[in-house]
Amino acid sequence: MKKLMLGNEAVARGAYEAGVTVVSSYPGTPSTEITENIVKYDNIYVEWAPNEKVAAEVAVGAATGGARAMSCMKHVGLNVMADPVFTISYRGINGGLVFCVADDPGMHSSQNEQDSRHYAEAAKILMLEPSDSGECRDFTKLAYELSEKYDTPVFLRLHTRVSHSQSLVEELEPVDYRLKDYEKNPGKNVMTPANAIRAHVRVEERMAKLSELANTTDVNRIEDNGSKIGVITSGISYMYSKEALGDSVNYLKLGMVYPLPKKLIKDFAAKCDKVYVIEELDPFIENFCRQIGVDVIGKDVFTLLGEYTPAMIKKQVLGVDPVENIVMDEDAPVRPPVMCAGCPHRGTYYVLKKLGLNVFGDIGCYTLGANAPLSAMDTNLCMGAAIGEAHGIGKARGNDFAKTAVSVIGDSTFIHSGITGLINMVYNKSINTVLILDNSITGMTGHQDNPTTGYTIRKEPTKQVNLITLCKGIGVDSISVVDPFDVKGLTKTLKEETAKEEPSVIIVQRPCALLPEMRKTYSGHCVITDKCRKCKMCMQLGCPAISVDGGTVKIDTTQCNGCGLCENVCPFGAIEKED
Amino acid sequence: MNIMIVGVGGQGTLLASRILGRVAIKAGFDVKISEVHGMSQRGGSVTTYVKYGDKVYSPIIDKGEADIILAFEMLEALRAVPFLKIGGKMIANTQEINPMPVITGAAKYPADIEKKISKKLNLQAVDALALAKQAGTIKAVNVVLIGLLAKSTDVAKQIWLETIRETVPEKFVDLNLKAFELGYNI
Ligand SMILES: Cc1ncc(C[n+]2csc(CCOP(=O)(O)OP(=O)(O)O)c2C)c(N)n1
Repeated sequence: MKKLMLGNEAVARGAYEAGVTVVSSYPGTPSTEITENIVKYDNIYVEWAPNEKVAAEVAVGAATGGARAMSCMKHVGLNVMADPVFTISYRGINGGLVFCVADDPGMHSSQNEQDSRHYAEAAKILMLEPSDSGECRDFTKLAYELSEKYDTPVFLRLHTRVSHSQSLVEELEPVDYRLKDYEKNPGKNVMTPANAIRAHVRVEERMAKLSELANTTDVNRIEDNGSKIGVITSGISYMYSKEALGDSVNYLKLGMVYPLPKKLIKDFAAKCDKVYVIEELDPFIENFCRQIGVDVIGKDVFTLLGEYTPAMIKKQVLGVDPVENIVMDEDAPVRPPVMCAGCPHRGTYYVLKKLGLNVFGDIGCYTLGANAPLSAMDTNLCMGAAIGEAHGIGKARGNDFAKTAVSVIGDSTFIHSGITGLINMVYNKSINTVLILDNSITGMTGHQDNPTTGYTIRKEPTKQVNLITLCKGIGVDSISVVDPFDVKGLTKTLKEETAKEEPSVIIVQRPCALLPEMRKTYSGHCVITDKCRKCKMCMQLGCPAISVDGGTVKIDTTQCNGCGLCENVCPFGAIEKED
Repeated sequence: MNIMIVGVGGQGTLLASRILGRVAIKAGFDVKISEVHGMSQRGGSVTTYVKYGDKVYSPIIDKGEADIILAFEMLEALRAVPFLKIGGKMIANTQEINPMPVITGAAKYPADIEKKISKKLNLQAVDALALAKQAGTIKAVNVVLIGLLAKSTDVAKQIWLETIRETVPEKFVDLNLKAFELGYNI
C-alpha cells in the first residue's frame, strides 16, 4: 500500500531499502527528519555527530569499511563538512556513500540561501535531485548503485518543499546488501601527493563517464508534448512548472543535476524554438547550457532570490496573469518567531540587556534574543562564530572593549564548533567572557540530543561532556554555573566576570521549557495581583504570555506555563503563582 | 481541492494537516502536504497546504487558489485572505493571540477582524476553544476545527471518523471524536 511520507522520511526509507547500515549526521532544518526517521530501523546504526565534518568522516569510514553509509545535513552544514568531502571524491569508496544536503530557498530556517549544486561541481561529485517523496526513495537507492558502480560519493540534493512535503510512496523490500571486504589499500586510501595525483586522473575519467551517463540515465527524461516551447528543470521547480504549464510545453526533467547532459540538452533544444531553464537560486543549469552553445531564457526573467511559484512561472512562460485574489484594506502585523513562554534564554537576555553589554551571538533558539523587546544580541554569523568574533573585536578595540564584549553560544553550538574558538581565545590571551547557554538539548532544530545531554539519538544513556572540566582543560580558570532565572545572581556573576583581566566562562544552565521533564516541573500559571504599579518591567521580558490591555498588564493563562521568571523581575512582588 | 491551514506555531496545525491528508488518501485521491518545520514553529506564523485530486504536482498553494482556508487564529486568518479563491470559504477560530510587535506596542492588533473579513468573503467564525473545552481539553481545538472543515468537503463523515481513530493515541480517541462531532455539528 502507498503511504504518505515526508520527503525526508522517504529518503530514510530509501536508505533502509538500499541496505544502508551506518548513518551519522548533525541536525539542521530542513534535513533533520531524515536521520530522525532512520531511528525507526533497528538494523541501522545511527548517531548525531557533534558537527557535520565529524559526521561526514564517520560515513567515510563506514563506506571505506564496506558498508553503505549516509550523512545528512542542511546546506550550510555542507560548508562545515566540505574538507573531507572534497578529498573523498578523490579517494572513492568501497561501500556506497551518500551525502544528503537540503537547501532552503526562501530561508524558512536559515541564515543564507546558498545553492549546494556548486559544491557538486567544485568537488566533482555526482548529484541527484528528487522532486517528490517517491523520487526521494528511488533516487536514494539509485545513488547507492551509482556510488558503487562509479566509485564515487554521491550527493542527494533536497529542498525545503521536497523534504517537508508529504506525498505517496510505495514501500518495497530492502535489498540484501552484504558488507564488502575491507582491504588495506594505501594507494587508494592514503592521499599523499603522489597518490592524489593519480587519484585526480581517476576523478576526471570518472567525470567523463558520468557525463556520458547523464545523457542516457532514466532520471533525465524528456516529456515531448509536441510544443515549440521547451522547459529544462529539476527538483521542486519541475513540479511547479508542471502545475503551471501542464502539457503545453515540452520538458527536459533532470534528476541528475551534476554532471549535466550535454547531448541530451542539445537534442532537446534543437526541437524547440524557445527554451526556458526554470531553476531556483543560481543559474547553474542555465550557465551550462550557455557554455555548450544552447541559447536559453533563465535568470533574465526569473529571479535569483527565494522560492518560485507556479503562478510566476505561468506569467513568465505563457504571459498569463495570476488569478485574481481578494485584497484586504488593512495589513496584518507580522508574527515573527519568539522564545517560548518559559524559555531559559529569556532570563539571560534580560540581564545582558540591562547591563548594556556588546553581545556576539550565534545560531539557535537563542538567536531570537536579537528581536525586540530583548534586542540584546549584536551579531551572528555561522555556528561557532560567537567566540571568534568577540575575540576579534577585542583585539581590534583593546581590552577595555573586550570587557564589554561577551559571546553567547548554545550547548549544541559550543560542541559543534565553539570549543576551538574558546581554545583560541585562551591561547591568544583574550579576556572576554563566554556564556554557554546550556538548555540541555539542541532546541532550534526540534530537540535532538547532543554530547552534553547524556543520551544518544536512540535515547540510550551515554557519557556526558562535562563543560566545566572541558573549559578547565582548555585553560579557562574562571568558570561559573548560574541559573538564568536567578536574575540577581546572573547579574552579579556577569559584572564580576566581565571585569576580570582573564577569560571567563559562565555556564548558564536551565533546561528547555518544552522538555518533558520541565513540562512536569512547571505547573500552574502566573497572575498579576493588585500590587501591580504598571511599571511594565515584566513587559521587557518579551514573554508571549504577558501583554498590556488598556494600560493593565495581563497574563494569558493559556500560554503561561508558570515558569516564574516574571515573578523574579517584578520589583513590587505583584506577580504570584497560581495553580 | 486546495486547502490551506494557517495558525500560530504550537497550535497543532500539523496534526490537522496530517489527518486531512490521510482522509484524502482513503477517499482515493493523490495527495500532497507541505508542512513548516523549524524556526517559525517557535510561535511564528505557520502555514500548511493540503492538496488533493486526481494528480497533484506542486505542494504549495498560490494566492487566489485555496478552496478552503482553515484558520486557527484571527490575525492569521486576516493574513491568509489573499490566498482564498474568489468564491472560496474560510473557517476561522475566533481566538486572538498577540504577536510580539503587538505586545511591544510597535503594532496594533487589528480590530473587528471577523467583521472585516465577512464583508469580503464567506467566513464561518467559531469559538473553537470553547468547544474544545466542552470536549474536555483546549488541546482538542485542532480536531474541533477538523470537524468544521469536514462538513465543508465532499468526503464522507465515516472516513474522517476512521482516520481520527487511527491517528490519535488510543487513550485520547473518545475525547477527539467528541471534539470532532462538536465541530461537525455546528
Ligand atoms: C553548520 C550548521 N549546521 C546546522 C545548523 C542548524 N542549526 C541551527 S541552530 C542549531 C542548534 C542550536 O542548538 P543549541 O546551540 O543547543 O541552541 P538552542 O537552540 O538549544 O538554544 C542547529 C543545529 C546551522 N545553522 N548551521
